[in-house]
Amino acid sequence: MPRVKVARKSTAIDMTAMCDVAFLLLTFFILSAKQKTQDPVKAAIPASTSVQVLPEHDFSTILIGNGKVFFGVEGTDVRKQTLQTMAAKYKISFTPDEINAFTGVESFGVDISQLKAYLDLPASQRSKVPQGGIPVDTTDTNQLYDWVHSARVANVFLHNKPLVIAIKGDKEEEYPTVQKVIATLQKQKVDRFNLITSLKSAK
Amino acid sequence: MAELDTSGGGKHKGGKVRTKKQSTRVDLTAMVDLAFLLITFFILTTTLAKPKAMELIMPDKDQDKQQLAVPASRTMTLLLGSNNKLLWFVGEPGKAAPQIEGYGKNDLRQTLIDQNKLITQASGGKPMIVIVSPSDKSTYNNVVTVMDELNIVDIEQRAIVDITPMDLDLLKKDNIY
Repeated sequence: MPRVKVARKSTAIDMTAMCDVAFLLLTFFILSAKQKTQDPVKAAIPASTSVQVLPEHDFSTILIGNGKVFFGVEGTDVRKQTLQTMAAKYKISFTPDEINAFTGVESFGVDISQLKAYLDLPASQRSKVPQGGIPVDTTDTNQLYDWVHSARVANVFLHNKPLVIAIKGDKEEEYPTVQKVIATLQKQKVDRFNLITSLKSAK
Repeated sequence: MAELDTSGGGKHKGGKVRTKKQSTRVDLTAMVDLAFLLITFFILTTTLAKPKAMELIMPDKDQDKQQLAVPASRTMTLLLGSNNKLLWFVGEPGKAAPQIEGYGKNDLRQTLIDQNKLITQASGGKPMIVIVSPSDKSTYNNVVTVMDELNIVDIEQRAIVDITPMDLDLLKKDNIY
């Protein structure tokens, strides 16, 4: 039987467009990854198999590093309210500029008497100043207690949701400071808190 | 196949001089594969980089005084010492020989599983209670690892308790304090 020869056409597709789309998507994902916030102290967080993520809003972070305690709250309105409550409690007055500066501070660790001076510094200089940490001695109520309490009250008042407390600590941090922070929280009857960990597999 | 044609079509020059024109077609399939691999990598790492939260629930401090009688036979105590070592015993201190262990999968996790099995069998189905007492020389990482192992082995009843001087003596005796 004579073989019917079918004219073969070229099956080459021009992939230039596909390549462009791929790189556009890549650029989008790189840029949309949230920028890492600079912590006042370097904290290598421990690993755990927990897969629960931190909530996006309504949480406060207590960062423990080098024996010092740093405090931060999520949400500019909550920060403003917290600062105003603390100012009233400790009888310090903050100028509107300082209050605005405070709403941009992710976490800080200075005694409240030095907070005014700290906020007066321009933002670029704040990370260079050595911060002594918030006092957290377990004699009665300490400053950390007041900060956490004001933040919780502010969050419930503004957002109607309870504040989630997260503790972020360095792996090699010695236990006593962590114990003081936990004891301070327990005094306020905060018995549930989250420990920030990185993911590791259970194998 | 995917190609990028930049040759401009090898036109026949005609005449006797004929330069060797090589095809400049570039195959872009590999480039596209690479791009998609990078995309996948970035998608996965940004979702993994979100810090995870491990919940920790402490017993109410005020009710410490009227704590329910914890049956010592079902209680395993972990004392966390220095240098990533811990000491454990079941029941009251001094009655059973304490053992020292590391935090690895084969050490702590295996011990927890074994003791859990023994205790649930001995007490007819009642779960094991674990008390964790970190000492001053233990690190935050030790505490997190212990909590994580308890989560993996699925032991629900646990508590972090302040360490007593008697426990410190036990740690000192074995040189892990």
